[in-house]
Amino acid sequence: MSILVDKSTRVVVQGITGSEGSFHAKACMEYGTRVVAGVTPGKGGQTFDGAVPVYNRVIDARDKEGANAACIFVPAAFAADAIIEAVDAELDLVVCITEGVPVLDMVRVKKYLSGKKTVLIGPNCPGIISPGKCKIGIMPGRIHTPGPVGLISRSGTLTYEAVNQMSLLGIGQSTCIGIGGDQIVGTSYVDLLQRFNNDAETEAVVIIGEIGGTAEEEAADYIKETMDKPVVGFIAGQTAPPGRRMGHAGAIIAGGKGTAAEKMAAWEQAGIHVQSNPAKIGETVAQVLGKS
Amino acid sequence: MKIHEFQAKDIFKRYDIAVPEGEVAATPEQVREIAERLGGGTVVVKAQIHAGGRGKGGGVKVVHSPEEAYEAGKAILGMNLVTHQTGPEGQTVRRVLVEQGLAIAKELYIGIVVDRATACPVIMASSAGGMDIEEVAAQSPELIVKAAVDPAIGFSAMHARKIVFGLGLDKELIKPVSRVVTGLYTIFTEKNCSLIEINPFVITEDKRCLALDGKINFDDDALYKHPDIKELYDPHEQAPEELEASKHKLNYIKLDGNVGCMVNGAGLAMATMDIVKLVGAEPANFLDVGGGASVEQVENAFRILLSDQKVKAILINIFGGILRCDRVASGIVEAAKKVDLNVPMVIRLEGTNVEEGRRILHGSGLSFEVATTFDDAANKIAQCV
Repeated sequence: MSILVDKSTRVVVQGITGSEGSFHAKACMEYGTRVVAGVTPGKGGQTFDGAVPVYNRVIDARDKEGANAACIFVPAAFAADAIIEAVDAELDLVVCITEGVPVLDMVRVKKYLSGKKTVLIGPNCPGIISPGKCKIGIMPGRIHTPGPVGLISRSGTLTYEAVNQMSLLGIGQSTCIGIGGDQIVGTSYVDLLQRFNNDAETEAVVIIGEIGGTAEEEAADYIKETMDKPVVGFIAGQTAPPGRRMGHAGAIIAGGKGTAAEKMAAWEQAGIHVQSNPAKIGETVAQVLGKS
Repeated sequence: MKIHEFQAKDIFKRYDIAVPEGEVAATPEQVREIAERLGGGTVVVKAQIHAGGRGKGGGVKVVHSPEEAYEAGKAILGMNLVTHQTGPEGQTVRRVLVEQGLAIAKELYIGIVVDRATACPVIMASSAGGMDIEEVAAQSPELIVKAAVDPAIGFSAMHARKIVFGLGLDKELIKPVSRVVTGLYTIFTEKNCSLIEINPFVITEDKRCLALDGKINFDDDALYKHPDIKELYDPHEQAPEELEASKHKLNYIKLDGNVGCMVNGAGLAMATMDIVKLVGAEPANFLDVGGGASVEQVENAFRILLSDQKVKAILINIFGGILRCDRVASGIVEAAKKVDLNVPMVIRLEGTNVEEGRRILHGSGLSFEVATTFDDAANKIAQCV
């Protein structure tokens, strides 16, 4: 088992004819992902890489090729529209890699998502991978190995670092998800923790947080009350300087939350195995799983 | 992106939010002339820098004659203003805003920001406006009135009513303050703000409503929609190294330590700073070279790191995902040959084609320390400083 994706996931790549989209669509196909269609408005009828049909609309990719997941590489100015199109086509999963989507665009998207069945991962994220089964995103497939650990992270390369540490210790992953570093993202830690908690193959979960916002604190509440699998956590930004703040309004809305120390304390209280050394995330997972 | 108070007030005026009469000056003589034009009575001379806390730092003076205004201008213009938001290095004052003095009866706070948790813009206001609003928010949150705006329905008159009646304002103030709340929300959405704030919003003894201060931050990712806003950018407000870094698409923040860090990805960059501290050294900076890390970028990153005299060693930590380690290694070698590297350097490469990358580093003839793991890199850098 895995969460959100598996061998049967059929992917449409939005923006497949662009340089980013075509490069990563090929890399996903090489990994074994079933990329069944591409979408670039105005380029419908072309064929990508000799085998993948390109359509003008996501709904055509769904109806003609059975696509049930989308991966978005379109430029930031058009990303919100691309997400809305994929949600309108009632796909199960949308992964938006695009970086730099305006916050107020995401406010609209987030509203549109509520009550819909589509799960949005990102934007500004590396994507999702279930090792050996399906990769939708830009992460290096090679460092991942199949196994029992789920991983959720707000960061990109730091996620690769954690995965690599685990793989080198012989600990594989069930599914790894980068939820994105933006202020507003489609899916929070809590929703994914729930899915991992219900996934028979996942034995433990690693969560990697960052300073700012309150998503980590919300995750702590869920873990404390509901999660019955062990969780290992790391928060990046313990040494980040205070300031770079959003004036008074930011401070008011955060209610004083957001520093690494506060987040780590909240996680420890929730029973998370908090590691303060980013080089020892893998080792901590090994200890928790009784493998060291 | 941040703008100055006088620029924010120009925007307010376009949306029918009243501000005190005033003008911007760059010399003490201009300050005197403006004070004369404003009637020769009481004026306020306010330093124009992006950071808050200007009054407490000595950057705001109330004076009572054009001559005193001249003296205040002389004192403030060119001063290095240090506030809790500038950091210890402070910020040079290049311009002042000279405004008519007002007899203030009441100070309010009004602000709008996007709340991450609910993903909605939230309007906030308090009848306890003024310099200590943050303390008010922390100590007495019941004094803050909030109205979240559901993007599906947008702003409605009821949001303004929720705020003004929530503040318990006098009857005659309901309409004018509602108009201000409406105007602020319009600016917030039309111009893609990340923060808009009036603190204090004042009611004068003769019952006029004015924005005595103004702060607007814009969403950098939406600036492409607003060329008029982009023009308001003031490069003097950014540290020179940070400005240089942004020209080369490097994300750089200067810190106080002695280990210069160069990393790809923000999360890994922060984690690298964390581990440097854990082994007993201090990071000199945050530097994210992004996903590209071309020769030019690495070269420019070296120059920026080395321009900081405190840097005693450099730590490079690259996790090559899509980026191939052999390419990064060649980039580092090429860049290092072009710059005069006079401090020890530890390089840790991991990811795609790492063996080839390490071979290139070892074979370069340059004196790098090559680390194999994240831990190893941290320990080696600790020995250097």
